[in-house]
Amino acid sequence: MRGMIDFFRIICHNKRSLIGLIILIIFILMATVGPFIFKLNMTVDYNNRYLSPSLEHWLGTDFAGRDTFIQLVHGSKEVLLVGLLAAFFTLFVGALLGTLSGLVGGRLDSGIMLITNLFLTIPSFPILIIMAAIFSIRDPVSFALVLSAWSWPGLTRAVRSQIISLKERDFIVICKVMGMSKPHIIFKELMPSITSFLSISFIMTMRGAITGSVGIMMLGLAPYSPTNWGQMLNLAVSQTGGIFNPLGFIYLFSPILCLALFQLGSIFFANGIDEALNPRLRG
Amino acid sequence: MTPVIVLKRIGMAFVTVCLATVMTFVLLRLTPGNAIDAWARDYATQFGITLEEAYRRIAAMINYNPNEPLHEQFVRYISGLLQGNLGVSMVYQQITVNSIIANAMPWTIFVATISLFISFVIGMLLGVRMAWKRNSILEPSVSLFTVITSAIPDFIFAILLLVVFAYGLNWFPVNGAYDPFVTPGFNLDFIVSVLYYAAMPILTFVITNIGGWALMMKGNAVSVLGEDYIIAAKARGISESVIMNRYVMKNAMLPMITMLAITFGSMLGGATLIENIFQYPGIGYFLGEATRTRDYTVMQGIMLFLSVTMIVANLIADLVYSKLDPRIKVEG
Repeated sequence: MRGMIDFFRIICHNKRSLIGLIILIIFILMATVGPFIFKLNMTVDYNNRYLSPSLEHWLGTDFAGRDTFIQLVHGSKEVLLVGLLAAFFTLFVGALLGTLSGLVGGRLDSGIMLITNLFLTIPSFPILIIMAAIFSIRDPVSFALVLSAWSWPGLTRAVRSQIISLKERDFIVICKVMGMSKPHIIFKELMPSITSFLSISFIMTMRGAITGSVGIMMLGLAPYSPTNWGQMLNLAVSQTGGIFNPLGFIYLFSPILCLALFQLGSIFFANGIDEALNPRLRG
Repeated sequence: MTPVIVLKRIGMAFVTVCLATVMTFVLLRLTPGNAIDAWARDYATQFGITLEEAYRRIAAMINYNPNEPLHEQFVRYISGLLQGNLGVSMVYQQITVNSIIANAMPWTIFVATISLFISFVIGMLLGVRMAWKRNSILEPSVSLFTVITSAIPDFIFAILLLVVFAYGLNWFPVNGAYDPFVTPGFNLDFIVSVLYYAAMPILTFVITNIGGWALMMKGNAVSVLGEDYIIAAKARGISESVIMNRYVMKNAMLPMITMLAITFGSMLGGATLIENIFQYPGIGYFLGEATRTRDYTVMQGIMLFLSVTMIVANLIADLVYSKLDPRIKVEG
C-alpha cells in the first residue's frame, strides 16, 4: 500500500506524467463507463446528416446522420480492449521466453533466439494485414492474438538482455551462494528489478497494438466494429468524402485527435513510471 | 570480422530465409480451400475441361495444389520458388506475381530512398547542433517535435497532408505516381511529374523519421564530445566548424549507418498504410489490394519478397557495421 502511495506521489510530482495519467484515466472512463451513459444508435437518418455540434449532438453527426461523439465513445471501448489484451498476451509470452532464455542459456537460449530473430526480421505490418485477412478477424480476442503474434519478439530480446545483465550482479550471486531456491531468486529478486521495465513495455506495447489495430481497421481489413476509430477513419476517407468535404471534417478529425491524445498520454505516463520505479533516475 | 564469423552470419541469414519460406508456405496452407475450389470450378467451365484437369493446371500456375499430400505440396512450392517463380495472381489470372513486384518495387524504393536520405541528413545536422549548443532553443523544439511525431502514427500524417495540401489547397495530386498525360521515360516532364506525385508520400516519411534520427545523432554526438581527441583538437585551436563537421559528425554518424539499412528494409514493408492512403502504386499498395480481394498468391509472394529483403538488409547492416567501426566487438 505504501508503495502505491509513493508511486502516485512521484507520478503527481512530475508534470508530464501527471498529464499522461489524467489523459489515460479520461480514456479509461470513456471506454468503461461511457457506453452505458451514451446509447449507440446506428440507424441511418439522411435528414440529419452532417449536423454541426449542438447540445443534442456534441460533435455533430456523420454522413449518415449518426452521432459522432457516441460512436467515438463506443469505439474507444473496442480500441482500448484490443490494445489491452494484445499487451497482456505480448507481456506474458515476452517475459516468459525472455526470462527462460536469459536464465537457462545454452541450447534453449539459442533456439529461442533463432525464432525471435526470425520473427523480428519478418516485416510486421504486412504480415499483420495478411493474418487479419486469413483469420477473418471478428472479435477483440482474435484481433489481440494476431497483433501480439508480432510484438513479443522485441520484448523477449529486451527481457533476456535485462536478465543476463542482472544475473551476474553481486546480489544475485550472493543469493546463489546462500543457497536460495531458484523460484525465490526469480520471483523475489529478479522480477522486482525489471517491474519498471515491464510496466513501461506494457504501455508501449499497448500503444503499438492500438496503432496497428486502427491501421488494419482503416484499410478495411477487419470490418467487424463500425465504431472502431480505424473503421471511422476508413469510412471518413473512403465512403463519405470526409477528406475533401469540410462538412465531414469533425467526423474525420475526432478519431484522429483521440488516437493522438491517447498515444501522447501513454508516452507521458510511461516517462513518469520510469522515474517512479527506477530510483536511479530520481535526482 | 574474421571470415568465419562472416560465413556464420551469412549462414544465419540463410536459415532465416528458409524459415521465412516455410512460414509463407504455412500461410498459403491456411488459405481457405474454397478460394481455390471456386477458381478451379470457374476454370473448368471456362475451358470445358474436367475439374481434375483444372486443378492440375492451377497447381502449375501457383505452385500449390491443396489436394496433394503435404510433402508433395511443399516440394512443388519450393521447386517453384527455386526457379524464381512466385505463381500468378488469383484475381487477375494473366498476371504473374513476379511482374506485380517488379512493377511496384521501383516506386517504393524510390520513395524510401529519397525520404531516408532527406530525413537522415536533416536529422544528423540537427542532432549535432543540439549536442554542440546545449542551451539553445533548438533542443526543446526538436524534443517537442519528436514527441508529437512519435505520438501521431504516420498514416495519420498522411491523411492530414492529404486533407490540407491535396484537397484543401490543391497544391499536390491526390493519388497516382505520375501524370497520366506525360510519356513515361527518361525525359524532363516525366521526372518532374514523378517527383511532384511522390512529394507527399516522401514528406510523410520525412516528418515521421527526422525526430528519431536527430535524437539518436544527438546522443552519439554528446558522447563523442566527451572524448579526448575533441578536447585535444580544441586545445590545438582548430576552428569550431571543423571540429563539429569533421570530427564530431563523422564519428557520431558511424553507429547510425547500420540503422540506415535496417530502416530502409522496414520502410519497404511499413509503407503499406501510406501507399494505400495516397494510392501510390508501390509494393504496399498492391499488398493492400491483394488482401482486400483475397488474392492469396500475391499476398504470399509479396510477403516472401519483403521478408527476404529485410533479412538481407539486416545482414548488410551487420557486415557493414564492423567494417566501419573497428572498435566494436563482434560476437561469434
